Amino acid sequence: MALKIGDYKTEVHNDWCPGCGDFGIVNSIQMALAEMEIPRHQTVIFSGIGCSGKTSHFINVFGVHTLHGRVLTFAQGAKISNPNLKIIAVGGDGDGLGIGAGHFVAAGRRNVDMTYIIFDNAVYGLTKGQASPTLRLGEKTKSLPTPNTNYNVNPIGLAIVSGFTFAARGYSYDVRQLKDLIIAAVNHKGLAFVDVLQPCPTYNDINTKDWFSGVDRIDETTKKTMPRIYKLEDTDYDPVVHYSDETELNQKKTQAMIKSLEWDTKIPTGIFYKNELITPYTIRLTDKIPNYIENPSALQNISKNNVPITKINQILDSYKV
Amino acid sequence: MVTDFTWMIGGPQGSGVETAANIFSQVFSKMGYQIFGKREYYSNIKGEHSYFAVRVSEKQIHSSVKGTNMLIAFDAETIFRHADDVLENGIVIYDSTLENVKVSDVITFDNDFKERLENLLKSKNKEDTVKGILELTSENGASIHSVSFRSLLTELSEKLENPHIKNMSRMFNVLGVSLSLGLLMIPSEKLIESVNSIFSKKKSIVEMNVSAANFAYNYATAKFENIGLKFEEKEIEENTLLVQGYYGTSIGKIIAGCRFQSYYPITPATDESNFLETNEILEINEDRPGSTLVIQTEDEISAIGMAIGSSLTGVRSATCTSGPGFVLMIECLSWAGINEVPVVITFYQRSGPSTGLPTRHGQDDLLCAINSGVGEFPRIVYASGSVSDSFYDTTQVFNYADVFQVPVIHMMDKFIASSVTTCQRFDETRVHIDRGKLLDEISSKNYRRFEHTEDGLSPRSKLGLENGIFWNTGDESDIQGHISEDPVNRVQMMDKRQSRLDYILEKIPESEQIIKHSEGDFCIVSWGSTQGPVLDAIEMLKNEGIDIGFIEIKLLHPFPKELLKKLFSNSKTIIDIEANYTGQLGSLIRQNLEKDPDYYILKFTGRPMTCTELYDTLKKIVSGTAQKREVLTYGA
Repeated sequence: MALKIGDYKTEVHNDWCPGCGDFGIVNSIQMALAEMEIPRHQTVIFSGIGCSGKTSHFINVFGVHTLHGRVLTFAQGAKISNPNLKIIAVGGDGDGLGIGAGHFVAAGRRNVDMTYIIFDNAVYGLTKGQASPTLRLGEKTKSLPTPNTNYNVNPIGLAIVSGFTFAARGYSYDVRQLKDLIIAAVNHKGLAFVDVLQPCPTYNDINTKDWFSGVDRIDETTKKTMPRIYKLEDTDYDPVVHYSDETELNQKKTQAMIKSLEWDTKIPTGIFYKNELITPYTIRLTDKIPNYIENPSALQNISKNNVPITKINQILDSYKV
Repeated sequence: MVTDFTWMIGGPQGSGVETAANIFSQVFSKMGYQIFGKREYYSNIKGEHSYFAVRVSEKQIHSSVKGTNMLIAFDAETIFRHADDVLENGIVIYDSTLENVKVSDVITFDNDFKERLENLLKSKNKEDTVKGILELTSENGASIHSVSFRSLLTELSEKLENPHIKNMSRMFNVLGVSLSLGLLMIPSEKLIESVNSIFSKKKSIVEMNVSAANFAYNYATAKFENIGLKFEEKEIEENTLLVQGYYGTSIGKIIAGCRFQSYYPITPATDESNFLETNEILEINEDRPGSTLVIQTEDEISAIGMAIGSSLTGVRSATCTSGPGFVLMIECLSWAGINEVPVVITFYQRSGPSTGLPTRHGQDDLLCAINSGVGEFPRIVYASGSVSDSFYDTTQVFNYADVFQVPVIHMMDKFIASSVTTCQRFDETRVHIDRGKLLDEISSKNYRRFEHTEDGLSPRSKLGLENGIFWNTGDESDIQGHISEDPVNRVQMMDKRQSRLDYILEKIPESEQIIKHSEGDFCIVSWGSTQGPVLDAIEMLKNEGIDIGFIEIKLLHPFPKELLKKLFSNSKTIIDIEANYTGQLGSLIRQNLEKDPDYYILKFTGRPMTCTELYDTLKKIVSGTAQKREVLTYGA
C-alpha cells in the first residue's frame, strides 16, 4: 500500500505562529518521505529545542525531541548503532550554529550518513526574538534593544569546511524545491546539510517573506518586483565533486564558499556542494569491524535465555597467572 | 621467611616505572603470591615524578600498607620523596652517581615539598643531598645498596659489543627490577619469563631487555651482600588472574552485551574505553562475530547524547567518564531520566573540586552523582568496591538500567582504576542478562511508549521496530510521548517515574544493595574502593582479637534506609570511612536515618587509604582516644 502525505502527519496540534515559515519545512519533509516511500518505522526525526524542535511531534514517524544544541549527538548515536534507519535531524540556527556549533563541526568530520536541516530565521523565536548566529552585524530585529553586535556565521560555509559532504539551501516558501532538496539530501551518501531560510513573522521584521520576494525592489522598466532569491539549478552552477582530485575538490569547495556569501540582492538556493567521494562514517567503521554493516550493534544478540553469549575466555586467559 | 613485602620503584614519568612494576608483579604472582599494586603519577606526560608500590603477600590482600620494604631509585627525586618511607630493616637500591645531587637540583619538586624536605634535613643535621637523606634512612635501620646504573649499561654494552646500549638509560627500569629480584634471590628464570612476556609486543627490544635483566640480576647476586630474605615458591592458586583495575568494568561491559560506548578522553576513565576498542571484535557463541562500537566524541555532552541515541535503538550503551566530564552530561542525563532511557555511565572518580587533583584518587562525587540534574527523575547510583566486584556489578547495572528503564551511574574511582591486583578469575556462569520490558516485536497497532501499567514500567519499543513508533521529548509528555503541559497528566507521569525508586528498592535483592562483611559493636559503614583497606584493617584487628563490623553500601540511590537501619541495629558505634572531606555517605545517613555516624575517618590528599592507617585509627576509636573526625594523610 503506497504511503500518502497524510500518513506522515500526526494529530498533534501545531502551535506555530500563523504565517510561520516552519510550516513549509514540515510539509516538505512529509512530502519528501511520502515520495520516497520510506516505511514510517524506519524513519526517525530528531529535533532540537525551540519552535523547530516541535517538528518531530508533527510527523508520524519515530520522533525524538532532544535538547538545545545536542540533536546531532543523539541522531549520530542512533544511526551508528543501526545504520538501517533513515535519519533526519532538524533544529534552529541558534540550536545548531550557536549552542550546538561544536557538535556541528564534529559531525562534519564524521560524515555519518544522515540529513540535518536547519530552520534558519536569524532570531531565537521561542524566547522572544533575540539575535541568533545568522543575524547580520548591525541589524536590529523587532525585539532587540540595540543593533546586533556580532558578525553572522555562514552556515553553508561552515558546513563545507567542517566536512559535510552535501550542502544545500532552501526557502520555506518554495516547498517544491525544498522537498526535492530534502530528497537529494536523504539520498546523499554521507552527512547532508540543508539550510532553510525561514521567515519568522513575529520577530524577524527584516528578512520577511516580502523582503525575500523583493517587494521593496521594483524593476524600473518592467515595474515588477525583483525577488532576492534565485535558484542555482537555473544557472550553470555545478555543485558536484566529480572525481578524486585536489584541484577539482578545491574548486568545488571554493565556488561553494563564494556562492554562499551572496546575500542581500541575490540569494542563491539549491545544492551548493555535493561530494560522494568521501567515505561515510558508517563505511569507515567496516575497516575496523568488517561485518559492521550486516551485523551492527542494534542487530546483535547478546544473550540466549538470559545467558550471555559473548565469549570472554580468551581475554581472561591472557591475564591468567 | 617473608610473608608480606612492599616494593617500590620510582622515576620520572616516561621512564618505564610501570613496566618494571608489571614485571615485579608478574614474577611474584607466578611464585604464588597475592599482589596489590598502586600507581601514583602527576598530571604530566614526561618528567614529573611517578612511582609504583607493589605489595606481595602470602594471603589475600586488598590494599597497600604504610611503609616500604624495598625502594628502587634511579633518579634523585625518588630518593628524596620516598627514602623516609623505607622501614627499619628495609632496603634501598639506588644509583650511586646520584649521591651528591642536591635538593635544589631537582627542578620538579613542588615548593611546599622542597621546603619540608630542607627543613627535615636541617633539623637532623644532614646535608641537603641524596647522601644526606640516605644517611637518615640508614640510621633508621635500612640497608643501602648502591650501584651505578650507568656503569652497568657500559659493562653490558661492552659485553654485548653493542655501543648503543651504554646510552640507553630507558633500560634503567629493567635494571632496577632485575637488581631487586637478584637481591631477593628470586629464581632468575621467573624474571626472564616475565621480561619476555611484558616485551612480547616489542620484538625489537625484547632481546636487549632480557640481556639487561640477566646482567643486572647476576650483578646483584654476585655483588650485593646477602640480606637473608627468603621468598618461598608456592603453588599458584587455581584460576588466579593478575589484572589492572579497569579490567573489571571493561570485561563486564563486554559480557553484559554493551555494544556501544562513546567517550571523551579524561583521566582516569579513558583506559576502559581503550580496552574496549582494543577488544572491539567479539567472539559470540554459535554466531558470527559481534562488536563493540567505541566512539571518541567531541565532548562529554556528545558522549552521553550518542549513548542515549544508541540506547533508543535497543542497544545496551554506555559512556565512561570522570567528575569534570560527568557534570557536562547532566542535561542529557535528565533527558534520559524523563524519557526512561536505560543508559550506563561508568564514573571513575578522581579528586575535585573542578579539575582538582586530576590524576589522584577521591570519592568526592557521590552527592554530585545522586543529586545533579534538571528537576526530579529516577536514577540508580551504584558503587563497586574492588576490581572483581566491578566485573559482576557492571553486568548487573546494565540489567538495572534495562529492567527499571533508568539511567544508572556506576561509581568507580582512580584508586581501583590504577591498581594492579591478583584476583579470582571472573566467573561467567554468575552472569545473567535481563532486558526487562524491551520488545522484539509489536503486533498491536496501538502501541504507546509511556502507557501506564501496574508496576509503572511500560513495554519499551526501539527505533526501527515495526508498529512501535513512539515520541520522546525533554518536555513533560503524554503516554505517546507528545508534549503535554496538562496538570493531571503531569501528576500521573511524575508518579509513574518517581514511584520507580521504591520499586527499585523492592526488586533489587538486599544482598545486592548492601554487603555485610562482618559484625561487631563497632561497625564501619563505607562505599566503593575503601572496601580493600577496610577489609585488610579488619583482618589485622581480628588477629588481635578485636572484631569490627563492616557494612558496605553498594546501592547509594535510591538509598536503602530501612535495610541499613536493620543492619545497624546490632552495632553500638558507627564509623563512616570515605575518601572525601565532608563525609558524603555520612550526610546520606543523617538525612535518611536521622542518625549521625559516631566517627568519621576521612582522607582527601588524593592518595588512597592504606590498611595500616585505618588499623591505627580504628584502634584509637576502639580505645576511646579518637576525635569524631579523623583525617588521614599518609602517602607521597
